[in-house]
Amino acid sequence: MSVNLSKGQAISLEKKDGATLSAVRMGLGWQAAKRRGLFGSRTREIDLDASAVLFAGGQPTDVVFFRHLVSDDGSVRHTGDNLVGGVGQGGDDEAILVDLQRVPVHIDQIVFTVNSFTGQTFQEVQNAFCRLVDETNGQELARYTLAGGGEYTAQIMAKVHRAGSGWTMTAIGAPANGRTFQDLMPAILPHL
Amino acid sequence: MAAELVRGQNHPLSHVRLEIRISAGVPVLAGATLGDEQGMVHGRQWVVHPGAPVAHGVEAAPQAAPEHRLTVDLAALPEAVHRLDVFLALPTGTAGPLRFGAVPAPHTAVYSSEGTEIACFTLTGLDTESAVIALELYRRQGAWKIRAMGQGYDGGLPALLADQGLRDADDLATAVHEAAARGLPHATSAPATSEPSPRTAAASAAQPAPGRQVPSAPHASQGASAPDLPAAPRTPSASQTASATPAASTPHETSASGQTEPAHPYGPPGADGDGGPGLPHSGGPVDYTHPRRTPSPPPPPAPTAADGQPARPVAGDAVGWSMEERLYNQIWGMFEDLARTTAAYRSAVQFADSRLEQELDQALADPRARLSGAGDAAREAAHDRRIQLTDQARAALDRDLAQLTDEAEVVEPALPPAYARWDNPVWHAYRAPDEEPMALRLGDLHLPESAPLSIPLLVRLPLERGLWIDSGPVAAVDDRVLDSAELRHLAMEAAVALAARLLAVHPPGAFAVQVVDPAGAGARALLPLTQSGVLATPPAAGAAGVSQTLERLTRRVDLVQMAVRGGAAEALPADVDTAQQLLIVNDFPHGFDERAVTRLRYLADEGPAVGVHLMLVADRADAAAFGPLLDPLWRSLLRLTPLPDDHLADPWIGHAWTYEPSLVPAGSRILQEVLAEVVNARAKRG
Repeated sequence: MSVNLSKGQAISLEKKDGATLSAVRMGLGWQAAKRRGLFGSRTREIDLDASAVLFAGGQPTDVVFFRHLVSDDGSVRHTGDNLVGGVGQGGDDEAILVDLQRVPVHIDQIVFTVNSFTGQTFQEVQNAFCRLVDETNGQELARYTLAGGGEYTAQIMAKVHRAGSGWTMTAIGAPANGRTFQDLMPAILPHL
Repeated sequence: MAAELVRGQNHPLSHVRLEIRISAGVPVLAGATLGDEQGMVHGRQWVVHPGAPVAHGVEAAPQAAPEHRLTVDLAALPEAVHRLDVFLALPTGTAGPLRFGAVPAPHTAVYSSEGTEIACFTLTGLDTESAVIALELYRRQGAWKIRAMGQGYDGGLPALLADQGLRDADDLATAVHEAAARGLPHATSAPATSEPSPRTAAASAAQPAPGRQVPSAPHASQGASAPDLPAAPRTPSASQTASATPAASTPHETSASGQTEPAHPYGPPGADGDGGPGLPHSGGPVDYTHPRRTPSPPPPPAPTAADGQPARPVAGDAVGWSMEERLYNQIWGMFEDLARTTAAYRSAVQFADSRLEQELDQALADPRARLSGAGDAAREAAHDRRIQLTDQARAALDRDLAQLTDEAEVVEPALPPAYARWDNPVWHAYRAPDEEPMALRLGDLHLPESAPLSIPLLVRLPLERGLWIDSGPVAAVDDRVLDSAELRHLAMEAAVALAARLLAVHPPGAFAVQVVDPAGAGARALLPLTQSGVLATPPAAGAAGVSQTLERLTRRVDLVQMAVRGGAAEALPADVDTAQQLLIVNDFPHGFDERAVTRLRYLADEGPAVGVHLMLVADRADAAAFGPLLDPLWRSLLRLTPLPDDHLADPWIGHAWTYEPSLVPAGSRILQEVLAEVVNARAKRG
């Protein structure tokens, strides 16, 4: 069952039968705002990038993004950079797979962010969402829609963090500015 | 993908059997009202509620719960029903909140019976309401649609039901709440109308009755509680009270606890009350569904392995066109897995160490703690935390190592000669191959954490880079201090083992080895090659031999390059050997003048593309006189060592892996046997 998250809302990633999720996919999808023509148009496609930052005790230890597609430990994998968005028309344009059972023991939080690499603000982006999918059966667990894009170029979408023996997802939805995740670090830290 | 509805929005329904999942965060009642074309609900038998949870193909839970699964069989609804409103209500008479504004917004989702989500709707914006119509299913021109409602009632369930046109709404609402509070529905709500009851009892009784084929079967299994249940649809009311006895409520426990396993909703259609047309029992369609298999929850994904245990490893468990390619990919996959799991372990230990340091610093920095015993306790706790984390990390690593070891144990025996260790029995059954292999085992790799597990180091063929067997001094291993001559001999042995492997895994005549041994220092190590007769020419000696051999190979490189560029490979002179060539140079740069060095560098650069490969056995210090001139040469070669040495980095993390050459076991004659077979096969091909 899919849960529509609102800002700050958390859901536990325990399954109904008490089993924990083994692998989840954080999918990001978006569409560029409509353009009228090609000739004379100086706008470019919007390149949003999904990144995942792995934290241990508040310290970033690893990052998965388009230049480092697999975390060193292999538990978090980016399926590849998408430069234009909208390919899925509602499906995921970029996806980050997390094998929750293989995440190293000291990693306690994974923060997912979205950056506009090309510098356009989210005002020019339509239908952007991030969603969490149970990778083992393709069921959507939670969805978070970017409401009303504003004058910012990045967003800290959500975090998946350890809670007890399992994991919990919390929607953050905090706007920020930056080209890649590095620029976001100061903005991420308050949300840990 | 599921449609997210907003209030008032509708969505087509292509499925007949639906499951409506409700999650509210707090216990709520859920039910449905069935209305005609005008939306009028004619009597309480048209209401499915906790007191009468099964009727007309609709099944609800008999009590309040935070999660509900309502099943609806649209085909089983009476013809007269055009609307089905799903309602939620907060239970009265409990300590719980009495307004939806005080609880999390309920979320509803409509699933097909196969478990795919069709639409979902979150009921936001509720405040003082204590009952709400969440969703409406309605018939429009023969097709069913769903509409997101979210219509709340401050007056609660009585107001909601009254709005539906029910005259005795207050009584019914009271009955509903009472039934829900009790969780045992029949006794109170049934007597007046009670049509659903036999249906309920039958459906519930159907659950424990295995092998049910026709709808009438469950009645038999129900035994004494309802012996007189007739087959006719119009059930006489006498049996209704009978089925409302405790016997009927016992099977209901299953559906009461049935959020995860709802009672079978598609029971005997003939048992429907007089609200619907109801097919006669005997003529009813055969229900092929399994009595205990619930159709509503999606089937769990086929477990790939039991309880997180990795599946039994299988050799060749990777993608590829051939077994050889699959094994190659599998071994590289194991290599990557080992690199990554070790990275996870090291990262965790590093984190544990730095955290320990921080915590110790903190304990020291606090002057009060230093005086009292608290400081010691804090230090102890910090150490404990570190040990706990590293133990956890080690356990994860050990689990992965065990899995990889299991895999290696099935993979190693399955390897073809090109990938196999020299002690693999496959070498005893060696026959010359017909095709060039795709890769070659150069040796084994392991990490300090992984011992004794090691991973074969496979490189693709044809070799893209030359090889350099380093005969230089190594860090003392096993307390053995090896003198230079011994090291050089070991390096040459490693080179010969590799050369023999290359000869053996290529088809006869497709690979040739030439040796330059200017001082003859490698003669002892070269014996397997020289004695077996696989060398076309004996090892070249002296400066003259060096320059002759290099000249011959340079000419070959030039000619083949020209032929390839001109697209005339068949125009090569007859004396040019088209086989791939491996040039082993012992004791480089002994016997090399500057001209010969230049030729060698040319071969190293241009050779691999046209099938001329270089294997240098050398101590780099010997070539110091050439200065930085040779640096590009050393860099272009893949350095291997005759003794274990940690100088190879993996492409993912960059760990320093300890390389161990693949050597013939001491005393084994396998090399001689294999080389004899190579010579044999060559002779046979003529």
